[in-house]
Amino acid sequence: MGCTAADVADALRAVARVVAEHRAELVRLDREIGDGDHGENLHRGFAAVVSTLDGELPATPGAVLKLAATKLISTVGGAAGPLYGTAFLRAATSVGDAAELDAALVAGALQAALEGVVARGKAVVGDKTMVDALTPAVAAAESAASSGGDVAGVLAAAAGAAEEGAESTVPLVARKGRASYLGERSAGHLDPGARSTALLLRTFAGSAR
Amino acid sequence: MIGLVVVSHSRALADGVVELAGQMAPDVRIVAAGGDGSGGLGTDFAAVAEAISGADSGGGVVVLFDLGSAKMVADMAAEESAGEVVVVDAPLVEGAVAAAVAAQGGADLRRVADAARSASGRTDRSARTDRSGETGQPGRSGAGSASAPAGAESSVDGVRAEVVLTNGMGLHARPAALVVRSLAELDARVVVRFGDERADAASVLALMGLGAPGGATVEVSATGPDAAEAVRRVRELAGRDFDE
Repeated sequence: MGCTAADVADALRAVARVVAEHRAELVRLDREIGDGDHGENLHRGFAAVVSTLDGELPATPGAVLKLAATKLISTVGGAAGPLYGTAFLRAATSVGDAAELDAALVAGALQAALEGVVARGKAVVGDKTMVDALTPAVAAAESAASSGGDVAGVLAAAAGAAEEGAESTVPLVARKGRASYLGERSAGHLDPGARSTALLLRTFAGSAR
Repeated sequence: MIGLVVVSHSRALADGVVELAGQMAPDVRIVAAGGDGSGGLGTDFAAVAEAISGADSGGGVVVLFDLGSAKMVADMAAEESAGEVVVVDAPLVEGAVAAAVAAQGGADLRRVADAARSASGRTDRSARTDRSGETGQPGRSGAGSASAPAGAESSVDGVRAEVVLTNGMGLHARPAALVVRSLAELDARVVVRFGDERADAASVLALMGLGAPGGATVEVSATGPDAAEAVRRVRELAGRDFDE
């Protein structure tokens, strides 16, 4: 059983709901070590994605991801707009015009998203960014896909690894992004970008079940 | 002519940098893209993309930015643009002024981008406006040597000359820009002193910051392989009243 365009659109609607629920939490995390706009920005962005999807459902999963990328880039602002926008854009390119996504395509899309985020933001593991959540997620997704997991299994593995990766940012001193200006004072806080990445993947996993 | 875009999280900051750079380059299209598009601090992809197309008159656009995420937004807008766009990591104010001056002088895309990148001075930022007298002070020992141009004094530490600013306005924006441009290709570290203040002649803003008025005498000192030529060029520009 693969994921159709409608399934991907449903997953994005679920993400918009989860981001709305966690808006205050993301704002709080970002106020601690950033400029405090992460929750609002993501909420605005995914709400815009949903309202566009309500008007038109593109034919393929890749086209849905591409539409999401375009909306996120134009509405999110801050660092999250270009980073999530690039992630969705690369994922869209990676799955091409497949009518349904299988486990291997999903794992490949996550890998492409990570490469896009790294190319855009130049962060590496340990910099206290979303890369700390996304990198282990990609490894776990690939491992699950190559050992025969289905889409739900691949996304569940990715979500679990992303949550651990996000938690691992707590003791780190930020080396990228606005938090890096705080130096040592950034230690002891969960990175909001890593947190939102884990939330997204957990929501995708729940939606695929 | 190359256009410029100034991307800042702050609308006021972007507008201010554009105003400052525009003073030095009346014919260059310099467009501000500041703020999040709804009155707050942030960066707005659509505004940056629009600014790039507004600044492009066919030759290309150099984009300068303030903080990290502004660079990412600028990079994305540059990738989306149909024209040639270079996003330059440079000090925002000095970079914009240097790029504007280079664009005004008819430089191509690469040279305008280079002008912005080198805007922080050569290697030693501390010498730009130095009131301490600890750097850039060539010795007075040593008589003039054969390598020094007539009217200039040479020593083991370099070449220096006193230059009278006979033009009306002194070392204001345009003459300062002329000096920087004429020295840009030379391998020389050039310092201009007026009273107790020194300025790196690679920086338009530093030269303007000296506040040397018409009629003033400044001291030009240079070190490096092209030191003599550098001093000669400054004296020649001043001798022509900076073409005013």
